[in-house]
Amino acid sequence: MTSAVLDLPLPRESLSRRLSDALFKYRGLLLTLLLVPPLLWLGIVYVGSLIALLLQSFFSIDEFSGTIVREFTLKTYAELLHPANLDVILRTVVMAAAVTAASAILAFPIAYYAARYARGQMKAAFYLAIMMPLWSSYLVKVYAWKLLLAKEGAVAWAADQIGATPAIDSILSAPLIGGPSLSVSYFGQFLVFIYLWLPFMILPIQAALERVPGSLIEASADLGAAPNQTFRTVILPLALPGVVAGSIFTFSLTLGDYILPQIIGPSTLLLGQAVYMLQGTAGNIPLAAAFAVVPISVMALYLLIAKRMGAFDAF
Amino acid sequence: MRRTVFTAIGLCLATSLGAFPAGAQVKQLGKAEGSVDIIAWPGYIERGETDKKYDWVTGFEQKTGCKVNVKTAGTSDEMVALMNEGGFDLVTASGDASLRLISGKRVQPINTSLIPSWKTVDERLQKAPWHTVDNVHYGVPYQWGSNVLMYNTDTFKEAPKSWSVVFEETTLPDGKSNKGRVQAFDGPIYIADAALYLMKHKPELGIKDPYELTEAQYKAALELLRKQRTMVQRYWHDAMVQVDDFTNEGVVASSSWPFQVNLLKSQGKSIASTVPEEGATGWADTTMMHVDAPHPNCAYMWIEHSLSPKVQGDLASWFGSVPSVPAACKGNELLGAEGCETNGMGNFERIKFWRTPVSKCSTQSEGCVPYYRWVTDYIAILGGR
Repeated sequence: MTSAVLDLPLPRESLSRRLSDALFKYRGLLLTLLLVPPLLWLGIVYVGSLIALLLQSFFSIDEFSGTIVREFTLKTYAELLHPANLDVILRTVVMAAAVTAASAILAFPIAYYAARYARGQMKAAFYLAIMMPLWSSYLVKVYAWKLLLAKEGAVAWAADQIGATPAIDSILSAPLIGGPSLSVSYFGQFLVFIYLWLPFMILPIQAALERVPGSLIEASADLGAAPNQTFRTVILPLALPGVVAGSIFTFSLTLGDYILPQIIGPSTLLLGQAVYMLQGTAGNIPLAAAFAVVPISVMALYLLIAKRMGAFDAF
Repeated sequence: MRRTVFTAIGLCLATSLGAFPAGAQVKQLGKAEGSVDIIAWPGYIERGETDKKYDWVTGFEQKTGCKVNVKTAGTSDEMVALMNEGGFDLVTASGDASLRLISGKRVQPINTSLIPSWKTVDERLQKAPWHTVDNVHYGVPYQWGSNVLMYNTDTFKEAPKSWSVVFEETTLPDGKSNKGRVQAFDGPIYIADAALYLMKHKPELGIKDPYELTEAQYKAALELLRKQRTMVQRYWHDAMVQVDDFTNEGVVASSSWPFQVNLLKSQGKSIASTVPEEGATGWADTTMMHVDAPHPNCAYMWIEHSLSPKVQGDLASWFGSVPSVPAACKGNELLGAEGCETNGMGNFERIKFWRTPVSKCSTQSEGCVPYYRWVTDYIAILGGR
C-alpha cells in the first residue's frame, strides 16, 4: 500500500502551464508561432499567387485555336516587343516618369514651406489642405476633372475670360501632347495624374525636410555658402530619401492606373488597361501576365537605381 | 472530430452525386423555394429603388413568395466567372457569354412547356442561335437592342444615311470636317462595325458575317479603323462620358446606345439617332438557368414573370432596349406608343448581334480570326499603329 502512495502520479499540469513552460524552454518557439501566420499569408496568399500569375507568362496562346498551351516558352515575352505593345510600355513609363518629375518639382517648395516656415494653426491648415483631396472618391475627382478640362469646360472658359485661349491652343496644337481638347490629350492626362498623386509626394518630402537640422543650414551660411549652394549641397542631399520615397509612390501609382486613362486622355492604352483588355473574353492570360511583369521589373530597376543613389542610406 | 470530417465528406459526395446531371431539364414545377438568385446587368432588374415607377420585382415577390436576390455584373466575363463559381439560379447573358456558358455546361436546357408565355416571345428570337444549340433551348430571350448612330441635329439637318460620317474623313453638312468631332467604341468588338461597313462598300471582300472574318477581310477592317483613328476625338468606353462629350466637347456623331440618346434628349439637347443603310451591330440578352440552380421552381416562375408584357415594356423604357415580347409594345404607359420603334424594333433584320469571334466559323471555309487577336490588334489601333 505504501509503495502505491509513492507511485501516485504528479498532479496533472494545466495546459496553459505546460505551454508557458515550453515557450520558456525553447526560446525560438514563441517567435516562430508569432511569425508563422503572417509569413504564411505573405508567402502563400501574397507572393504565391503573384508567382502563379507570373508563371502564366511563360505559357503561350495557340495561334489558331486561341487556347492556352501550357508549355514553357519565351514566345509571349517576344510578343511584348511588338511595336504596338512596346508603345504601351514606353507610353506608360514616360508618363509615369514625367508625372513623377513634375510632382517632385511642384511638391518641394510646398513641403519646404510646410516643414520650415508654417507654424501652429498654419501647419495644421497645410496638412489639411494636402490631405483633403485624398478624402474624396478617386472616381469623383477624375470625372470632375473631365468636366473641367472639356472643350467647353471651366478651364477653357476661364482661359477665354483672361485671354489665355491662345496659350491653351498652342499646347493643344503641339504634336504628341496635344489633341482636340484638354480632356482628350496627354497633357490633360498628365495634369490630372499630378493632381491625384501630389499629396503622396509632398508628405514624404516634408517628413524628410523636417529632419534636416537647422544648425546645418546656419553653419553652411556661416561658412559663406550662397543660398543656392546650401540648397544643392546640404538640403537636397539630406532630403533626397524623402523625394525618392515620394517618387516611388507617384511612379508606381501612375504605372498601374487603368481608370483615369479611360476617362481622360487620347484613348491610347496604358499598361493596366492592356492587361484588363487581354484577360477575360480575349483569354490571352499569358500576354496579360507578361504585361503584368513589366511594371514589376521597372519598379525593381527603379528601386535599384534609387539604392545606388543612396536614397535608403538615411533609413 | 474524425467522425465529423467523414460525415462532411460523405455529405459532399452525396450532394455531388445527387446533383443534376448536365443536360437534364426540369420536368415539372414544384413549390416555390422562397428565393431566387439572379446575375444581371445593372438596371436590368429594378425594384423601384432608383425610380419608384420602375419596379418589376416587388409584385413578383408578393405573388410567388420568392425573394429576388440580384448580383449585378459589369462585363460578360464577370458573368461567366460568377456562373462558374455557382450558387446562382439565373443569368441575363449576352451573346458573347451565352455560347460560352452552354459549351462550358454551366446552364441547363429550358423546358418551354413549363413557361406559358413562351409562345408570346418574338418568333424571330425563339430559335436564335445564341441560345439554341441543336434545337435545344438553353434560355429565354430577355431584351435586345441595337447600337445606333447618334448625331447632333444642329449639324445634321437630315439623318446621316451611312456610317461613312464616322469612318471616312468628309465634310459634314455644316461645312466643317468631321475630324476630331466623331467618336468610336473602345472595345475590340468594334472591329465588327468596321466589317459591317465594308460588307456594303467593298463587296469584293466577300464578308458574309462581321463576326466571321478571314485574314484578308480582317486586314481590310483594320485598315479602315487605322484611317478612322486619325479623326476620332475619343474612343468612348463609359456611357456617361459620351453623354458629356456630346454636351460640351463638340462631338457630333458616334456609334452609341439608345440609352445615351434618350438621356440627351431628355435633357433637351438637339440629338437624334438612326440606323444607317449598312445596318448596325447590336446585342440580345437571354435569361439562362444554372445547371445546379438551387431554386429551380422560383427560377421558372421568374422566367415566366420576365416575359410578361408589363415587365418587358417597363424594362424597355428604362434601359432603352426592345422587348422580346411584341405585345409589350402596346399600351405601356412608361414606354409610350412609339417607344419600341424609337428603341429599334423595326430594325431587327438589319442588326448583327454581338457574338464572340472564334477560329472555327461557318461562313468561311478557311477559318476566321479569333477574338484574342481582335484584342491585340485593337490595342495597336488605339495606340496609333
